Amino acid sequence: MSLAIRNLILRKSSGCLLPSRKMSLTALPSTHEMLRKTCRDFAEGELKPIAAKLDREHLFPKEQIDKMGKLGLMAIDVPEELGGSGLDYLAYAVAMEEISRGCASAGVIMSVNNSLYLGPVNKFGNKKQKEQFVTPFTDGSRVGCFALSEPGNGSDAGAASTTSKDGGDHWLLNGTKSWITNGYESEATVVFATTDKAKKHKGISAFLVPKPIEGLALGKKEDKLGIRASSTCNLVFEDCKIPKENILGEPGMGFKIAMMTLDAGRIGIASQALGIAQASLDCAVDYASKRIAFGAPITKLQSIQNKLAEMAMRLEAARLLTWRAAALKDEGKNYTKAAAMGKLAASEAATYVSHQCIQILGGMGYVSDMPAERHYRDARITEIYEGTSEIQRLVIAGNLLKEYGV
Amino acid sequence: MARVLVGVKRVIDYAVKIRVKPDKSGVVTEGVKHSMNPFDEIAVEEAVRMKEKKLAAEIIAVSCGPAQSQETLRTALAMGVDKAIHVEVTGKDLETLQPIHISKILAKLAQDEKADLVIVGKQAIDDDCNQTAQMTAALLDWPQGTFASKIEQSDGSLTIVREIDGGLETVKVKTPAVISADLRLNEPRYATLPNIMKAKKKPLKKVTPKDLGVEIKSHYDVVSVEDPPVRQAGSVLPDVDSLVAKLKEGGFV
Repeated sequence: MSLAIRNLILRKSSGCLLPSRKMSLTALPSTHEMLRKTCRDFAEGELKPIAAKLDREHLFPKEQIDKMGKLGLMAIDVPEELGGSGLDYLAYAVAMEEISRGCASAGVIMSVNNSLYLGPVNKFGNKKQKEQFVTPFTDGSRVGCFALSEPGNGSDAGAASTTSKDGGDHWLLNGTKSWITNGYESEATVVFATTDKAKKHKGISAFLVPKPIEGLALGKKEDKLGIRASSTCNLVFEDCKIPKENILGEPGMGFKIAMMTLDAGRIGIASQALGIAQASLDCAVDYASKRIAFGAPITKLQSIQNKLAEMAMRLEAARLLTWRAAALKDEGKNYTKAAAMGKLAASEAATYVSHQCIQILGGMGYVSDMPAERHYRDARITEIYEGTSEIQRLVIAGNLLKEYGV
Repeated sequence: MARVLVGVKRVIDYAVKIRVKPDKSGVVTEGVKHSMNPFDEIAVEEAVRMKEKKLAAEIIAVSCGPAQSQETLRTALAMGVDKAIHVEVTGKDLETLQPIHISKILAKLAQDEKADLVIVGKQAIDDDCNQTAQMTAALLDWPQGTFASKIEQSDGSLTIVREIDGGLETVKVKTPAVISADLRLNEPRYATLPNIMKAKKKPLKKVTPKDLGVEIKSHYDVVSVEDPPVRQAGSVLPDVDSLVAKLKEGGFV
């Protein structure tokens, strides 16, 4: 039977409109549209009104994260049997953008839990580990975090110096991890430590550490430029004993786990950046349509139109790259280069759009009465974490050259 | 336990800026964002809450309209409705579709599905007709409780608090009955991700008005649709006497 006829039969045999299996370039599947609406309504109703306060007072939005969990947003691609929503990465990207559009901090808290924490545990964990470290973290009542960076290495992840010593029935962790998002509120973390420095990156393994635990101390909460409602701090391990069975995946697999996890995390952060950019564009258009100068709303001025056009185009382009990366992942294809492109484009779009938003608002963009300055501050980190823009370029170039076979 | 039929309509989203078509035949709907009529969302929410309180056994959502009405039904399913019926109306029939036809369709479905309760939004935000609930009740010869802001169930009857111009009126009706939902009846829930996923597996049946024995015949014609007149500036008056004089001038007193 030809593929065309088979697909036609599949479409007709279901009693309702069957969304196309391949991602459309012009429309999201209906499930994703429904999800987008839920997230947008939630962001507008519950996040946007308090975002400025959360930023000003550095408050972790516990109540809102709880509600997001109940909506199914804290474990979007985790299977239903484990307590997740069982959806795909395109759904995750859409949800992340809408939530971040309301509050970028809520977005990063959601992203770290979904991609950086649940991602590796769900993919590499055994049944017992999933019971302990996945299911309780799916409903918003608990969040996890991801500890890879150290004071001595960020981009140079292979040079991890946190050690894990085999103590027979336990592992002994020693070292410091820095810049850990959700550091304070998290109740578990995926930690990358080396069992043999001589093996370089092949000596790194991943471990699951519940929090709080003896031997793990938290550094001071960082006073950041943006995403201030999320906590960022050091994790200091001093002879921290964890059960032998808490190793995630095989020994020596840690670096690979980290890289694979970051590939997916990039789609989350790209979507966060898209949300920040969209919020900035919304703010700029709204203001420009009402601000009268030279006898008319400034939307009539070419200078403003040029800016808005450039902002909208960069945002749309970044969105398409991000969604394509998500779709490739969902189809089980290699998506490393696509995810790096999406993250790079989206983060640079976020800083560009939020910058121009302040410019369009003029003096009003510089004061906290308008959200423009907060978007500007929130956007900046997206070019740095989960792989700096410089690293993204290296990833893209590496994959590109491989494709050309040179 | 009651079997509940909920009517939902796909309308232009409330946040969209409406534009009148240049030929004055209606408003622009092409490419415009549509969603479930807000009062119908409230109706669905009430039905779902009844089910959660074990006062309702099954909830069936109905929508009359083009293929896209199925999206509205999917939203209802994602909110907790058990099954959906799409009455497909397209082309000329769609242009002619009026509350009287919807009422006939809902009345027929209420009988076919052995419903004990029909709940709809009090009015649709596109035509503001506020007729469907009333006409459906009349066709079924059932009692009605319109503009409901509170509904309490007891054996075989419903106590409904209605929001009317003069204040609040409480009526008691025997079931089966028709109710129209008003703004303060409840606050609709978000469709959670797990429920959006579950909705994919719920049944959605498609029928035509003809299958239900309803003919879409026009009972009135829309002559023209125009923008409301541009608001004129007012004037500030110095005292009550000049106000009274102006009112007399305008023939208002």
